[in-house]
Amino acid sequence: MATRSVTARPSVGRVLAWIYLAVIVLITLFPFYWILRTALSNNFALHTDAGSLLPVDFTLGAFKRALGLATVAEAQAEGGSGASLNTALYLRNSVIYAGVQTALVVFCSATAAYAFSRLRWRGREVVFSILLCALMVPAIFTLIPNFVTVKNLGLTNSFAGMILPGAFFSAFNIFFLRQFMLGLSSEVEEAATIDGAGPLRVFFRIVLPMCAAPIATLCLLTFINTWNDYFWPLMVTSDESVRPLTLALAVFKQASPNTAVDWAGLMAATLIAALPMLLLFVVFGRRIVNSIGFTGIK
Amino acid sequence: MVTATQETTTLPVAPVATARRRRTRPGSRRGHLPLALLLIAPAVIGFAVFFAYPTVQGIYYSFTDFHVLSAPNWVGLDNFKQLLADDVFWHSLWVTVYFVLLSVVFGILISLVTAVIMHRLTRSTLIRGIVLLPFLISGVVAAMTWSWMLDPGLGIVNSFLTKLLGHPVLFFGDSALAVPSLAAISVWKSMGYNAILIFAGLQTIPATIYEAGRIDGASELQMFRRLTVPLLRNILVMVVILTVIGSFQVFDIVQVTTKGGPQNASLVLQMYIYNKAFSQFDFGYAATMSLALFAMLIAITFTQLKMTRAGESDLN
Repeated sequence: MATRSVTARPSVGRVLAWIYLAVIVLITLFPFYWILRTALSNNFALHTDAGSLLPVDFTLGAFKRALGLATVAEAQAEGGSGASLNTALYLRNSVIYAGVQTALVVFCSATAAYAFSRLRWRGREVVFSILLCALMVPAIFTLIPNFVTVKNLGLTNSFAGMILPGAFFSAFNIFFLRQFMLGLSSEVEEAATIDGAGPLRVFFRIVLPMCAAPIATLCLLTFINTWNDYFWPLMVTSDESVRPLTLALAVFKQASPNTAVDWAGLMAATLIAALPMLLLFVVFGRRIVNSIGFTGIK
Repeated sequence: MVTATQETTTLPVAPVATARRRRTRPGSRRGHLPLALLLIAPAVIGFAVFFAYPTVQGIYYSFTDFHVLSAPNWVGLDNFKQLLADDVFWHSLWVTVYFVLLSVVFGILISLVTAVIMHRLTRSTLIRGIVLLPFLISGVVAAMTWSWMLDPGLGIVNSFLTKLLGHPVLFFGDSALAVPSLAAISVWKSMGYNAILIFAGLQTIPATIYEAGRIDGASELQMFRRLTVPLLRNILVMVVILTVIGSFQVFDIVQVTTKGGPQNASLVLQMYIYNKAFSQFDFGYAATMSLALFAMLIAITFTQLKMTRAGESDLN
């Protein structure tokens, strides 16, 4: 803001501040570079030159192992453990888990937010306050009973079991969208009503399109959170046919013996697990950055 | 969760008199009840089945000896007595508190300084984006990456430290270093998110306040202490509460790196609860510990809100 013109002259403080920022950026970025550097190295060769800033004995072998494209013999020749990671399957699982969950919960939140902001009915504020109480309950407390529920429904080891608890209700999402919908002008809505549109039609044709930006924001945040979720999938799944990628990674690490961890393969897998989020970020970076500021202010 | 909802009456309420016709206007009081119920039905069902019911259920389990396979038996306060006498529980609580303190103190300090410096130096979305990157990846990926970088034999950090000190440092194998190492990973991962929340808060402070301060001869440091920090109180309280609640529930980083070791040195509460429930299948006792955690989180949140007068702003 206006402070810029006053502080623009170079000063010791300013130089120090830039150095601080540079260090922060370096510490933030370096591990990402290190993942890439290790993933492009030969796992055996890593032992010979651990401190090299460039890939050691450059090879794409680690990616092949991580993607399950290498034979056991090939993998072991390059220092793999022989443990394979069916990345394509886990990627699919993650996409289903995060995708379906996001679509369902954002849609259900949008309909609820519409009812809580644009429709008039008795008990509206009371019901809304009760739902908001869920924000106070920490995840750990509901996890064990929810696990029992899912188990009793026979849904362990299924996508339904992973998705259901978070599919219909998110206090934060409803709150977030409601705040936005409250701020919409009612004139377009009234015009549509006079033209004979029912409230449901108003919702789909007018309110929903007007909320495209905050809905996109919520989709991104929900998708990131679900994609990175660890505890719940760990609890309800043991079968690899439904396990998401984050879990598979941890299992892959445990599978490799402690004496000779396949770090190159692990880092390749790590990169593959992080890649979808990084790509989302390249496409929607500005929106994510700004929306986090926005969700904070509320 | 922190700020209350003040904006409930922004909808212009149309006069009710015209709503007698068949088509109800948006302002009519009665017409929307069935549709509203339909629209909130999924959310209400989700809330009832996966939040309200399990909350009640969890409280019930904490008074039972539930072991998943057999039906729960009521055991009264037995679990709570066991909890009071359980040294491992108190140890894990202490480990958790230590982890939370390190994460909050260093996390907030670094985030605050980073946010203020970003605010002063540059508007660049690129830098804010870079700082945010670790927030996007999962705790597992972060933990895996750092356990590789901190590896005693081959990690880059240790190959550097070995040159410097002559010997490697066992970050996860040393009881004294395990929790600080975990906290460092957690700070690395969440710093950018907190910095951006604080950055957004900084943008709401009018520049005129700083101009006035400068005219009065205040230095940058004085303005930071006397103006920035007090005016940021609300957002700082929120960031602190979010960090405390988040850190109390740390799990994935621990599970991937130390699994609570060495010798329980990094056994955080959530890890202990998980072990009780899923290795020993003692769900009743695990529920009791979760209830204790729940109670502590509520107490901390309310105390913090009270002590810091959150919700009031010096800007108004």
